[in-house]
Amino acid sequence: MAIANKGFRGRRTESARQLPPGQHLTTDFPVLQAGPTPHIDLDDWRFTIRDERGHQHVWTWAQLKLLPSDRLTVDIHCVTTWSKLDTKWEGVSLDTLFESVETTAEFALIGSYGGYTTNIPVVDLLGGKAWIVYGYQGEPLSPVHGGPARLLVPHLYFWKSAKWVRSIELRNSDTPGFWEGLGYHSYGDPWREQRYAGD
Amino acid sequence: MDDGSTSKLHWRVARVVDSEPETDSAQTIGLAVPGWRGHLAGQHIDLKLTAEDGYSAQRSYSLSRPADGERIELTVQQIADGEVSPYLTGVRPGEEIELRGPIGGWFVWRPAEEARILLVAGGSGIVPLMAMLRERVVLGGAEFRLVYSVRSPADVYYARELGQLERDCDWLRVAVVCTRAATPQTARPPGRIGASDLAVPGWTPDDAPRVYVCGPTGFVESVTTKLIGQGHRPSAIRTERFGPSG
Amino acid sequence: MTEPTHVDGNAAAGAFADVLGFDVTTATLTCAGCGRAVAFAESHVYHRAPGIVVRCPGCEHVLARLVQTPTDVRLDLRGAQSWRIPLPAR
Repeated sequence: MAIANKGFRGRRTESARQLPPGQHLTTDFPVLQAGPTPHIDLDDWRFTIRDERGHQHVWTWAQLKLLPSDRLTVDIHCVTTWSKLDTKWEGVSLDTLFESVETTAEFALIGSYGGYTTNIPVVDLLGGKAWIVYGYQGEPLSPVHGGPARLLVPHLYFWKSAKWVRSIELRNSDTPGFWEGLGYHSYGDPWREQRYAGD
Repeated sequence: MDDGSTSKLHWRVARVVDSEPETDSAQTIGLAVPGWRGHLAGQHIDLKLTAEDGYSAQRSYSLSRPADGERIELTVQQIADGEVSPYLTGVRPGEEIELRGPIGGWFVWRPAEEARILLVAGGSGIVPLMAMLRERVVLGGAEFRLVYSVRSPADVYYARELGQLERDCDWLRVAVVCTRAATPQTARPPGRIGASDLAVPGWTPDDAPRVYVCGPTGFVESVTTKLIGQGHRPSAIRTERFGPSG
Repeated sequence: MTEPTHVDGNAAAGAFADVLGFDVTTATLTCAGCGRAVAFAESHVYHRAPGIVVRCPGCEHVLARLVQTPTDVRLDLRGAQSWRIPLPAR
């Protein structure tokens, strides 16, 4: 039983562009987090791709910043129903990082500083669909929004765009991540409204 | 009297009865909750607002008064650009709001406990502590000292009532600490609450008071660290942290 | 100094009580990470998230999680070795 509070809108505005089902447009940038904000020294920062045989490819911050980067403008959709349009990011495409990785694995488990995890099929990380981003709106990505670097996978719900990203583990079987293991959808396509397991 | 520790807590519909300004930016809202079975001072409710398109938001609010039949009261701070407070501070009598409660058995004061109580409030953290003081007026019990941190005197909730209680009762002293303005009537310059503000004669660790600290997380943790540094036992300190409200 | 981003167990109490039917704020959890005895009310709670995450104030180990879907509440209580719940006085 939910009553409607007439006149209550929250911090939402009307959207001229169509949003995925059940989403609402926001003009601010809500900060959601499952744990304390990590503060990572750039000298200590590492990003690792570990393939299904256990071989590791590791990048330092300096190495990451030397790689060719993209500037991109995308819409983002959070499972808690807010959407934000035309967000501007700068970072390295996963296609660039995967150039040196040999794999036939189908599944990936993303890991973050602080312990957060999320699972994404490898095909959804490649082909111009995913980035490690370190810039937001022309500035270095702030810690509360996932800085120094986060994963960006805009075609899936934003819980998959892991903040404070540190690793991708390639696997032959799918392992649910932090939210996927507690009732959220394993894939998470906002346009098919795949919020919860079984949707 | 039901204190929430044994009954199932589900969403129920309450009706706004009245709404009065508490300060220039805070509103005290009275609600009638059919079937309300009472609550303890310090407890809170969760409140849920639902837009006509189904979007909903939840916030927790402490009860500002002790149990009084089906009537409960909240004091809501208006946060510019907040998600919930702009709506709540504008509600009118007759409107309905979903809530659940009463919630919490930890941050509560039961009059039979402890002889000396030290209350430390940061901003809207005064709300549950005011319920404790109002309970004390009715039921008797302990002696209280309140240290109440606000930005400026205009932000003090329940100012007249606190002043009256202090004048009329020998069991309460109130020290208002202003962080951004000089505190009137005292020589204290503006500044965050410090160890000397917390060292209340007669309410020192040697006097073994029970302490309640309520306010934003940063305030609560800073104050608690200072209290423990002064020698108060951690087990004597009860805390309630508010998030950034809105 | 950056503002802390957590609240405490009092803020999660309503959601847990709604599904479990008892007041969790007075429960004492033994952290499976560091062994510390934590009053639920004093735990660090992150609730601006797709679910509620309850963490040990000492080591930030996840003590409990709660997710509400349209049809269910999902609970993960693995992060505490045990819960000690005082019985109400009768």
